[in-house]
Amino acid sequence: MFLRLVYESFRRQKRRKLLAGVAITLGVGVATAMIAVATDIGDKINRELRSYGANLVVTPQEDTLDVEIGGVNLKPPSDGAYLNEADLPKIKGMYWRNNILGFAPMLPANVSARGAGNSINVTLLGTYFSKSLTFGAQSFVTGVRSTHPWWKVNGAWPDDNSQDVLLGEKLGLKLGSQVGDQIEIAGQPHRISGILSTGGAEDDQIIGPLSLTQQILGKPGAVRRIYVSALTKPEDAFARRDPKTMSGKTYDRWYCSPYAQSIAYQLQEAIPHSHAEQIRQVAQNEGTVLSRIEGLMMLVTLAALLASALAVSAAMATSIFERRGEVGLMKALGAGSLSVAALFFAEATLLALVGGAVGFAGGTLLAREIGRSIFNSQITIQPVLLPVILAIAVIVTFAGSAAAIRRAVKFDPVYALRGEA
Amino acid sequence: MFLRMLIRAAVLRRGRALSALLAMVVAAAVATAMLNLYVDVQAKLRKEFRNYGANVVVVAKDGQALPADAMQTVQTVLSGRGLAVPFAYVVARTADGQSVVVAGTDLEKVRQLDRWWSVTSWPSMPGEALIGVRAMSVLSPQGKPFDLNFQGHAIHLKPAGTLQTGAAEDSRVYLSLTDFETWTGIQPSTMEIAATGSREEINALVANLGRALPAAEVRPVRQIMEAEARVLGKTRSTLLAAAVLIILTAALCVLSTLMGWVLDRRHDFAIMKALGASERLIGAFFAAEAAMLGAVGAVLGFAIGVGVAAWIGRANFHAPVVPRFSVLPFVLFGSVLVALIAAVAPISLLRRVQPAMILRGE
Repeated sequence: MFLRLVYESFRRQKRRKLLAGVAITLGVGVATAMIAVATDIGDKINRELRSYGANLVVTPQEDTLDVEIGGVNLKPPSDGAYLNEADLPKIKGMYWRNNILGFAPMLPANVSARGAGNSINVTLLGTYFSKSLTFGAQSFVTGVRSTHPWWKVNGAWPDDNSQDVLLGEKLGLKLGSQVGDQIEIAGQPHRISGILSTGGAEDDQIIGPLSLTQQILGKPGAVRRIYVSALTKPEDAFARRDPKTMSGKTYDRWYCSPYAQSIAYQLQEAIPHSHAEQIRQVAQNEGTVLSRIEGLMMLVTLAALLASALAVSAAMATSIFERRGEVGLMKALGAGSLSVAALFFAEATLLALVGGAVGFAGGTLLAREIGRSIFNSQITIQPVLLPVILAIAVIVTFAGSAAAIRRAVKFDPVYALRGEA
Repeated sequence: MFLRMLIRAAVLRRGRALSALLAMVVAAAVATAMLNLYVDVQAKLRKEFRNYGANVVVVAKDGQALPADAMQTVQTVLSGRGLAVPFAYVVARTADGQSVVVAGTDLEKVRQLDRWWSVTSWPSMPGEALIGVRAMSVLSPQGKPFDLNFQGHAIHLKPAGTLQTGAAEDSRVYLSLTDFETWTGIQPSTMEIAATGSREEINALVANLGRALPAAEVRPVRQIMEAEARVLGKTRSTLLAAAVLIILTAALCVLSTLMGWVLDRRHDFAIMKALGASERLIGAFFAAEAAMLGAVGAVLGFAIGVGVAAWIGRANFHAPVVPRFSVLPFVLFGSVLVALIAAVAPISLLRRVQPAMILRGE
């Protein structure tokens, strides 16, 4: 009998049920999309922040002081220690290897270069452009193209195994050389495959493949420093603790958190005789910006949840209020308040479940669309969210109906039937 | 008469009118808060991004010093919308002949510009220096005073504290500009500027500075500018998407509540019609009522929304979001529009029905 009542109510009042159902679907859809975006925005913005460039740098442990002003190296080339290029792929064997988005070795050398006119002394910077390396069974591509996204090349990026070079924009003007020209570096002619513009010191330099610079310096396998771009977690008090003073369990927890400090520590372990450190300008500010944006989206999501809860409540209240006559009739026929309330609640639950499921699917699509159009990447939704969302939908629908149901049940059937509500 | 009807209608059915008004207020508040946040978030985040340091660099051409009045020129062009810090550099020799870069600067300003510098203690007296961690282990491992030599001039320095940045600064010694100039006689050659403003404003500033300082090269720091534009753009788009979704939901909520309210009053409609009111008059009556509700709801909601936005600003950015009164017309217009739609749609439905049928309760 009870089931039949519910069934008939849905069959006969298709329009009203549809309206309430649409409200629930929309509300749940918006809530799902917002929760999905808010939980994923940290990761997305973290990746965008990587366009500030590397946040970690690895240098030789026993290095002499850098003598560098405005990005120009004044240190005699014979000075200082080097890292070994052969150790580089080990970075991809670290615990947090999946958080390493890229790395680029650097090796500066002072050389004489001659374009069309007379020869001048310039810095030749050797690096990886997009070099493919292998570590164990996995192969990956890394280099300045991923760690220094603001470097723009007019022409083509040189191949890492070639002898071609990039010429800094300002140096190119000074030398009068253009893309495709030959340039003489340390007595050997090289082809200029592109003109590089960075807005920094590199505009006055020649950038070449690492192997070329090593060959000119006569130091095979040498690397001066490595820039590493890693996804990190904002720093907190725990991150700043010294790992040497930690007990076993705390140490494990510290080691297994993607703080800039612990990734630096692991880089030091991976590369022998090295010293890894966070580049504070990038690493420190990343955390603040990230937590601000995350906080903002959390609060906005809260507002979205509130708005959709209100929309659902309002729709439910309206749909119940309109059925006072029906309540009056049921009560006049002898139904108790309890059974009337049970009927309404059963209907509300059914609506919430169906609307919630459809809304969840719609919200998933919406979140995916937002992720694709804004961040060019997927926003994934954990299926675990479905029961949570459904539970919230049922609770909100109940809460929205409760007041209206109480009023409807309390009504004197005589007034309700006479239409004097 | 018309006014009296409007007021009586609202007073007599307080409950329903109030719930409709409440929905209106909540929707207008949410819309105001979201629009306010959307307009203000750029300024708030820009401030955070300025913690990344200088976005414009002025360098004297060919290793010369900047003109003596460069600082004043830059300050005039900036006119308070940024911070400019001068830097002078030399390569000095330690007692055992090692090269070390020494920089002279305005330490008070550097402290504001480069907030990521991790400094144990800032120099406060003449003759004190800030020393990079790597330089410290070479120059004065025990923290004792040491001597530096530049072109035959010696200076005796006391380490005040160490500096750690993870970049070139770690191998340098930083002095106050006065100490530096009396020692070396060299004027600043570089100026780092953290300017606030949009990308276009910064580009205009770079052009203005270039004209004001023909002897120097002025360039934006692309690394900082491009990354900032990217993150800011993405954040704003996400916020916009969220704002649109939330405002749409709120508008739907208002629409359904108000429609219910109007449909509920089909008796009034029927009686008015039975008493001889024209359809236009009735339509105008309901529309006026809805518009009034929309306007009152929008104003109340605007006040609450500004409060919510200010709270979000304080909680998240530690600075309240400034109320934007330019948002008010949009909220007002939107609210009245939604209210009118909600009122007029049911009326056109009811128009086709005979008053007698409504009054009989069918």
